Amino acid sequence: MTTPIEHAGAGPKAPILQVQDLVVTFPGRRGSSTTVIHGVSFDLAAGETLSLVGESGSGKTTIGRAILGLAPVTTGTINLRGRAISNVPRRERRKLAKDIQVVFQDPYSSLNPSMTVESILVEPLAAAGVTEGRARVRELLDAVGLPDNAGSRYPREFSGGQRQRIAIARALALRPSVIVCDEPTSALDVTTQATVLTLFKELQEATGVAYLFISHDLGVVNEISDRIAVLYRGEIVEIGEAHQVATAPRHAYTRRLQMAAPVADPAKQRIRRNQRLALAASTASASAGDGQPITTS
Amino acid sequence: MTAGPERTALEDEVSLAKEPPRRSVTRLLLRHPLGAPCLVLLLMVVLVAVFAPWVAPWGPQETDLAATNAPPLTPGHLLGGDSAGLDILSRLIWGSRQTVVAVLIVVIVSVAIGVTTGLAAGFYRGRLDGAVGFVSDVIMSLPGIVLLIALYALTGPNIPVAMAVFGVIVAPTYYRLVRAIVLGVRNELYVDAARVVGLSDFRIVGRHVLWAVRAPVIIQTSFVMAAGIGIEAGISFLGLGDPASASWGIVLQNSFNGIYNNPWGVVWPALAVSLTILALILLGNALSDVLQSSARSKVLPKRRRREIVAASARQREEQPVNDSILVGSSDDVILSVRGLRIAYPDAQGGVNEVVHGVDLDVRRGEIHGLVGESGSGKSQIAFSTLGILPREAVILGGSILLDGEDLLADEARMRAARGRRIAYIPQEPMSNLDPSFTIGSQLSRGLRAARPMPKKDAKKLLVDLLVRVGITDPERVLRLYPHEISGGMAQRVLICGAVASDPDIIIADEPTTALDVTVQAEVLELLRELDHERGLAMILVTHNLGVVADICDVVSVMKDGNIVERADVDSLFAAPNQPYTQQLLASSRTVELMEV
Amino acid sequence: MAFSLAKRLVRSLAVFIVVTFAVFSLMYGNGTGIAHAVLGLNATPEGIQAEVVKLGLDQPLLVQYWQWLSGVAHGDLGNSFYTSESVSSALSNRVPVTLALVFLTLLLTAVLSVILGVTAAVRGGWMDRVLQFISVLGTAVPAFIIAIALVFAFAIHWRVFPATGYVSPNVSPSGWLASISLPVLALLIGAVAGAAAQFRTAVLDQLGRDYVRTLRARGIPEREIIFRNVLRNAAPPGLTALSLTVFGLLGGAVFIEQVFALPGMGQMANMAAQISDVPLVMGTVLVVVVIVLVVNFAGDLAITFLNPKARTR
Repeated sequence: MTTPIEHAGAGPKAPILQVQDLVVTFPGRRGSSTTVIHGVSFDLAAGETLSLVGESGSGKTTIGRAILGLAPVTTGTINLRGRAISNVPRRERRKLAKDIQVVFQDPYSSLNPSMTVESILVEPLAAAGVTEGRARVRELLDAVGLPDNAGSRYPREFSGGQRQRIAIARALALRPSVIVCDEPTSALDVTTQATVLTLFKELQEATGVAYLFISHDLGVVNEISDRIAVLYRGEIVEIGEAHQVATAPRHAYTRRLQMAAPVADPAKQRIRRNQRLALAASTASASAGDGQPITTS
Repeated sequence: MTAGPERTALEDEVSLAKEPPRRSVTRLLLRHPLGAPCLVLLLMVVLVAVFAPWVAPWGPQETDLAATNAPPLTPGHLLGGDSAGLDILSRLIWGSRQTVVAVLIVVIVSVAIGVTTGLAAGFYRGRLDGAVGFVSDVIMSLPGIVLLIALYALTGPNIPVAMAVFGVIVAPTYYRLVRAIVLGVRNELYVDAARVVGLSDFRIVGRHVLWAVRAPVIIQTSFVMAAGIGIEAGISFLGLGDPASASWGIVLQNSFNGIYNNPWGVVWPALAVSLTILALILLGNALSDVLQSSARSKVLPKRRRREIVAASARQREEQPVNDSILVGSSDDVILSVRGLRIAYPDAQGGVNEVVHGVDLDVRRGEIHGLVGESGSGKSQIAFSTLGILPREAVILGGSILLDGEDLLADEARMRAARGRRIAYIPQEPMSNLDPSFTIGSQLSRGLRAARPMPKKDAKKLLVDLLVRVGITDPERVLRLYPHEISGGMAQRVLICGAVASDPDIIIADEPTTALDVTVQAEVLELLRELDHERGLAMILVTHNLGVVADICDVVSVMKDGNIVERADVDSLFAAPNQPYTQQLLASSRTVELMEV
Repeated sequence: MAFSLAKRLVRSLAVFIVVTFAVFSLMYGNGTGIAHAVLGLNATPEGIQAEVVKLGLDQPLLVQYWQWLSGVAHGDLGNSFYTSESVSSALSNRVPVTLALVFLTLLLTAVLSVILGVTAAVRGGWMDRVLQFISVLGTAVPAFIIAIALVFAFAIHWRVFPATGYVSPNVSPSGWLASISLPVLALLIGAVAGAAAQFRTAVLDQLGRDYVRTLRARGIPEREIIFRNVLRNAAPPGLTALSLTVFGLLGGAVFIEQVFALPGMGQMANMAAQISDVPLVMGTVLVVVVIVLVVNFAGDLAITFLNPKARTR
């Protein structure tokens, strides 16, 4: 496991979520297994946004799912407010559900199409034994900018961006302290992305919730994070304050990642492109890109 | 793989039909052309069965010697009599009771066994899944009738038991169906969400899983009932039924044995069985249409298309709309689109216009960006230049001029240009390669379709080109199958395929959206180099303004089927005219990277 | 790949044992009942008991099954309880009749359903709607009722074909064809209706795929795309559809043999079951199970061979 480059100043606030030496291995066929996460550690402080950024195969989604209890934790610990939440029995886990919630990437399949918006939002409340019901639903719809009458309608009557708002409302229902956001804007149009990101920021200000923000989109990540962790093939290669990682990355991979993402400004992009090509020519970088076929065994 | 919009742009642009407001299932079923007649017929059968003693003119074993082999329409015997003098109509009426009971037994047994095991296997998986799956495969592959014949050796004529056994034989169909649905639902994100929210397994099954299973099970039941009737009649016909009863199969058997004396006797029981089965199957299809309204795109028949196109042309003549932002055309324009209008069938039999008269010019050697969000129509334009729009699409009007010649006017011209002068780079690399053929075979055939040449020459050309697009071991890659290469490599292969025929213009539909950021940068670089080397023109469809800024010379911005602004790339980003363009840029700028 | 082959063989063997044992216990379980049926109405309790012992029905079921199984390995399937004719000799007369019927129908089904299914999928329009209509009718009306209707029309009304009776191909090939035409037709209608619909679905599914669109964009002629790429990729579900057709035909043959009085194994099993001549029924079940397993195995093998992912592992 490589030691990640850590920038100084990783938050003096007490961490609300602590991940230590997380290893996730998935069983394969006939006894073989694949290790997807090779020992990852990080903290999430209350009210902050930590982004996990990486390309496909980096394992960022798996980390999120492990924290949510949807993927197995092979070794390592995940602590919420000092209490272990990894590898605890299902019933205990369900009690903890109140504190960690999720917003998924796909607004089309994360809402049950046969349930009204109201029942979708009431579901977590009912599961936790809360009986505030309708008043709370109206409150939630309001918080995400949806009209009151949305409650009686079905998800298919809404656009992608609106459905994502419903998903966000559902995540907020139990007043969690952490929300895992798994690529929440990747499936949305550019203009919608901007509005949804604004919503995320507003909600954080209003409720003090912490975000574990998972994304492959550097632009989004640089915009919304307090801190950024860069993942490559199941390990954190660099972690630090957002501005630092975005403007002065130290790890070669982070640098390559930042330089590869094109900016929406032709003049600037021309300069960046030349810089990137110069960088690629000068460093004998081990290619993580393609040109090599996948070996089948 | 980095995720682009979950559904491809084309799908978004096509799914425009508004969902109808929810109505009760029964009402929808009755409105379905087949729903009402089938329900009526089935209801009649049930009623006749229940009220048989009052409806039947004769008893089931009541003979009337005068009616022996009587033809239909004999007084007192509407459908005639059989060789023993029994009234056929009455026997059929009495026989409906056995039919109804038999069907009920089959359904209850098969649903009880099949659905519960399917739920358990789908949800809990593990050993149970394997064992039950094995048993189910075994049962499903044997012809049921053979087992029923064997059963007869044990039980003798006992229809209820036989039907119960048949229920067991049919149960695997429910098992497979329910299990597949449960497995599918388990992978849905909304089930994950329910887990995270803290629902117990029990609640998850109850609320989310059962709901998804409901409709398919109901539909399947209709077909199972049909099979039950068929097998019950069949067994009785073979002689394995109770000769003392009056089941439809027995009536058929009697009539068949006497077919030379009274041919018409077979018609009535045959009709009874056939019509009831038919009603059940058609009901099943109707239920399927109603409960699972799949968005099946309707392809309009040719005549209707011509009508619509003509009507639309007339409409435009009456209200000429001058919204062209292009003035004239010059010699260095390789591709010209003028007034292109595309529509798709809507739910009411008319069409919905999605591209409203678009004008576009692409100069030689120019990389022209076509930018828009989902539903803007950009992919439609791309596909129409290649003539590969979906079958349902209707081109209402306009022209696509390649070097001055209209491709839309002449199908043969379009075919000749496709792949040779106009080439295509798709969005999703993996799904655009045929999984059953090697890379080499696909590339070679594509090349030789555009430029006929011996296989050896084609191979040499491709090997050189593969090296050019960045694949280091081309000979080996040519022998590989698509599932053996990565996404980035596949995209390079597709680019190779597009460029190989030496086209004049390339249509690239979001070529980097499905790729990782680092790979995207490399592929964009490759496209730029190829473009400059060969003097290619390119239409690059994308929703990513960073890509546009990186590679495009000219940009056309699309919104809701119209081009709202067109400018060279520097001017567009520096000083956008239209509010929509400004909004687009503003949204992108908020996610812009900071200075490195 | 050899490993999965061996796995499949073992699985088939397991299915064979399970099914034959289950059916065996079903039929041989009621020893006294069988003896009673064999002896007829005048049987006395002592006579029945003696018959039970004579037929070996008093032994434990497992022992009987084992004896039967060992017999099978040697080609000895026992003898009829009534005629003492050997089961294998009875089968050797009857199985070819049924097999000829089934496989002739299968061949015609394969050809017709591919043609119809592909045409309907590619052309669409009215041809497609007609096929769907015929499909529903063909799969709805049971084969034996179609058979009766054919007898009604062609044998009685118009007297074109013989209604019943079978002519062996050794005796007269043309006579054989005449006697088998209506039976094959009766089975064919339902089989084609089902298989053509499945081919159509498989082809439509492929036609909607991205790679077909890309091949078109390369300028490859539509005809080549359909006959090379689409058919190749639609072959696995097509083969599955044909395997299912075989199973359906085996079942349907029982009814058809009854209607047309063909001396096949289905008819034999039916008559034997009604008089509790259990060894003959068991022999038929054996043949059917073996045919099903062989067809399943062959089908699986072919599909695996067609799948590049399996071949290159």
